[in-house]
Amino acid sequence: MMMHLTRHPLDVNDLLATVQSAERGGTCVFLGTVRNDGDVTGIDYSAYEAMAVAEIERILSDAQAQWPEARVMLQHRLGVIPAGEASIAIAAAAPHRDEAFASCRYVIEEVKQRLPIWKKELRGDGSANWVGADDHR
Amino acid sequence: MRFFARYAELAGCTSSAVNVETPATVADVIARVREVFPGTQALPPRPLAALNQRQVKLEASVTDGDEVALLPPLSGG
Repeated sequence: MMMHLTRHPLDVNDLLATVQSAERGGTCVFLGTVRNDGDVTGIDYSAYEAMAVAEIERILSDAQAQWPEARVMLQHRLGVIPAGEASIAIAAAAPHRDEAFASCRYVIEEVKQRLPIWKKELRGDGSANWVGADDHR
Repeated sequence: MRFFARYAELAGCTSSAVNVETPATVADVIARVREVFPGTQALPPRPLAALNQRQVKLEASVTDGDEVALLPPLSGG
């Protein structure tokens, strides 16, 4: 059973192994990678872990209901992730490409809306700031 | 009561027990939090909240032993 949250680098092959099969002819992979915006050297990801796992399972279950023949899996990495490394990996496999692309896209969009995960950008000068500043209003 | 990310910094802790008189709502719990943890007065008027690991409206009812969490703007992915 693959863990949805990990503190280790993501392995796409491990993820693919959970969704691919001979009857699923289309497979789509999405990777979200830490950008080196400005002088960002990495992002420290933290989560409300129990809720994040429950929410990921609900998102995957929703995807399964919409695309019954597709299989989608995701892993989100937590802790300090250096720029250039992936923070999230999603793999979707389905009999045909349309369902693979659609279910993969659905899952990343829901992740952005629903997962209780937070980013702290770490900069080369030693400073750090939380992403998502609208709570300052 | 659970606090995360920037809100944990404001509260000065990541978890705590908070007492309110029942019947009470999530909003009542947050009002109590603002009294107990002065740093959380900087929270927005209506922060995102979860009750027992699901996002809820602030009008949701709470009962003894519930886990209420205050969620800064989500930024997963």
